[in-house]
Amino acid sequence: MLSFIHGHWSDILSRAIDHAWLAGLPLLLGLAISLPLGWLARRASWLRVILVGGSSLLYTIPSLALFVLMPIVVKTTITDPVNVIIAMTIYTVALLVRTVADALGAVSDETRQAAIAMGYTPIRRFFGVELPLAVPVISAGLRVAAVSNVAIVSVAALLGIRQLGFYLTDGYQLNYWAEVWTGIVACLVLALIFDVLIQAITRVITPWQRAVAS
Amino acid sequence: MIRFEQVVKIYAGGQTAVDDLTFEAPTGQITVLVGPSGCGKTTSLRMINRMIEPTSGHISIDDEDVQSVNAARLRRGIGYVIQNAGLFPNKRVVDNVATVPILLGAPRSQARTRAREVLELVGLPGDFADRWPSQLSGGQQQRVGVARALAADPPVMLMDEPFSAVDPVVREQLQDEFLRLQRELGKTIVFVTHDIDEALKLGDQIAVMRVGGKLAQLADPAYLLAHPIDDFVAGFVGRDRGYRALTFAQTPALPLAAEPTVPLGTTPQEARAATRDGWLLVADHGRPVGWVEPEHITAAIEPAMLHRGGTVARATGPLRAALDAALSSPSRRGVITDDDGILLGTVRAHQVLEAIEATDRPEVDEADIAPAGPTSRADR
Amino acid sequence: MIAQVWRWLVDGAHWQGGTGIAQRLLEHLEYSGMSVLIAAIIALPIGAFIGHAGRAKWIIAVANAFRAIPSLGLLFVVAMWFVSRLQGDAAYLVPTIIVLVILAMPPLLAGAYSGVSEVDPAARDAAYGMGMTHRQVLTRVELPCALPLIFSGLRSAALQVIATATIAASISVGGLGRYLIDGLANSDYTEMAGGAVLVAALALVVDGVLAALQRLVVPGGLRTARSARRRRRASAVTQASPTG
Repeated sequence: MLSFIHGHWSDILSRAIDHAWLAGLPLLLGLAISLPLGWLARRASWLRVILVGGSSLLYTIPSLALFVLMPIVVKTTITDPVNVIIAMTIYTVALLVRTVADALGAVSDETRQAAIAMGYTPIRRFFGVELPLAVPVISAGLRVAAVSNVAIVSVAALLGIRQLGFYLTDGYQLNYWAEVWTGIVACLVLALIFDVLIQAITRVITPWQRAVAS
Repeated sequence: MIRFEQVVKIYAGGQTAVDDLTFEAPTGQITVLVGPSGCGKTTSLRMINRMIEPTSGHISIDDEDVQSVNAARLRRGIGYVIQNAGLFPNKRVVDNVATVPILLGAPRSQARTRAREVLELVGLPGDFADRWPSQLSGGQQQRVGVARALAADPPVMLMDEPFSAVDPVVREQLQDEFLRLQRELGKTIVFVTHDIDEALKLGDQIAVMRVGGKLAQLADPAYLLAHPIDDFVAGFVGRDRGYRALTFAQTPALPLAAEPTVPLGTTPQEARAATRDGWLLVADHGRPVGWVEPEHITAAIEPAMLHRGGTVARATGPLRAALDAALSSPSRRGVITDDDGILLGTVRAHQVLEAIEATDRPEVDEADIAPAGPTSRADR
Repeated sequence: MIAQVWRWLVDGAHWQGGTGIAQRLLEHLEYSGMSVLIAAIIALPIGAFIGHAGRAKWIIAVANAFRAIPSLGLLFVVAMWFVSRLQGDAAYLVPTIIVLVILAMPPLLAGAYSGVSEVDPAARDAAYGMGMTHRQVLTRVELPCALPLIFSGLRSAALQVIATATIAASISVGGLGRYLIDGLANSDYTEMAGGAVLVAALALVVDGVLAALQRLVVPGGLRTARSARRRRRASAVTQASPTG
């Protein structure tokens, strides 16, 4: 395996970057979409049923099927990486809408009431009070989504989309153990990097969490 | 009778929870274990049904060592009520209550019939039985918890802060009903609380424990208020001890003055004629309902006109109630009734105070003034 | 495009025979059902025991870490190991079932574990205090209370397995995944899309059936607002990725 990695270092790196895009960009898009949707889901229980129920239905669809069905919906070709980006964004939103709604719901009512009493407008209250306090829970959901995304993206190798999953399909066809192991380890390392990165960012933007811990 | 003999509990970390505890909880009475958090009261309670095993010493129920009985079988014969009720969310109320009879081998239908009876006993009749625990209020859940402990009619009940998770009004209500039930059932009860007022209200005897699991004092409520054995107990029993002790002092024969009354519907003219000092007591079929000021009424007396600030005391009740009746009465005359609520007469505060001065305080136990000190009564 | 896929789906000829949709659907259900059953027989008692005894929690952590492994990689590694050791169809079927069982276990373990360990401590305390034995506490209180989370683990496991059974077609087993893999090889997008619709529909139907079963089995007292909240919080624990 080490000699395989040594021999293909630059190829591995460039595929890892592709993989990171396919898994990472949907995380950002998914988070951006989930925040307003999660906020909406807290407004009314019927909205919650529609948003959370609908997203969990989408979550039910197996990834390969979703990749394959994308061209029908967005008029791309079957080998277009955009299919993967959109499909992964759907999964991320499906996971995060519920997390965001629960995280906002977990902000203590006293804090919310205090903010209202001090004269925060609803929008400023969301960005200034509720969202920051919800960060730890949302971050936990984001970590689950990140690890899951990295694993799912590799499936797209079956459709010939360029990323780390190529080493799995190619290694299997050539019966080349070192290549398959390289693919698995590279995926795990990438997932780990995402996980550490999200934790680090969370740590930086929630200094009060550290004060509690010490 | 439950007997603790030199019971010690040291937890795995080396922390002593209960230290050399010796006392008896008499049959048919309520023994309250009270103390600040960390005093080992809950640990002591849980050693009785072996939810916790003592490090050394013996606990016996009616002279049978609890260690000699299989733990599960022992517990089926002991009622157990805990703070948050601990109802099984997957069983309907009736099946929660039927649990122990079924564990003891009763047929399901018979156990359910019994469960419904007990639920009625704790004030949850009819359709409550078929609800899920999550559909009940906190107070109702607590009642179910008590019913569940009573279902198999155990002679002994262990209660661990059963009323402390509900709001004060409901708590008071639950306490009153609990005392009424206990008068009927006469169980041997060990009751844990951190609330000294609850202990004084419910306990036939009170064991005050201090941090470190030592028994500070064991006494009945009146004695505890009159003679706290040291600063810790005095501080724990709290302020207003003299006044609160009146709760436990029976009212002696008070010099009652006859009080003229008028019925509802009396006209202003009649009322003014009947009054002696500006205040007039209105009674309905002998039962006092409130005071009026005849000078200030312009129509026939109706309930909305009544001054309701004054409390009413029963002649056979505690002195505290008689004093309060006098202090709270707008006419300065405290209303005293018999046990059926029929007016007997009125009494003034100074007369109640004279009666109080004439009563005996609980006599101090010789051992409690001996220099040997704090644990003497318990150690004898 | 949609019309083409629709015609492919409703063409009676596609439904019959040894490679017809009916047969593929049956295969898919067989692999998935068998795997979930085996995984449940292994994982549920272990998860419930760990939750009850509060010991060996590292098993849950290890199982959760397994979820980070790409299922495609796991599938190929196990298939490569078996291909030289078994003959005929078994060389593909055995590794497929093994991988599906491995992937179904983490959500089942986590569901049973967190379901049992999150039972209200007061209810558990009361159960022991009333004289229940360990076995009675587990079977009469903890397991019934754990049913919502056990079911959410079961549903996650079923989805995970249905998804992975689809990509297992890439190691030459049957099931609905064949249409996606064969369609890709023949550049027949209609066949691929038709297969994808079937897979998605199967996943939705199975999840719906399990949800209905859950409503039937879970005691009504556990379906109230409070327990729903607790279930939501714990759902992240059992949620499996639709990796496949």
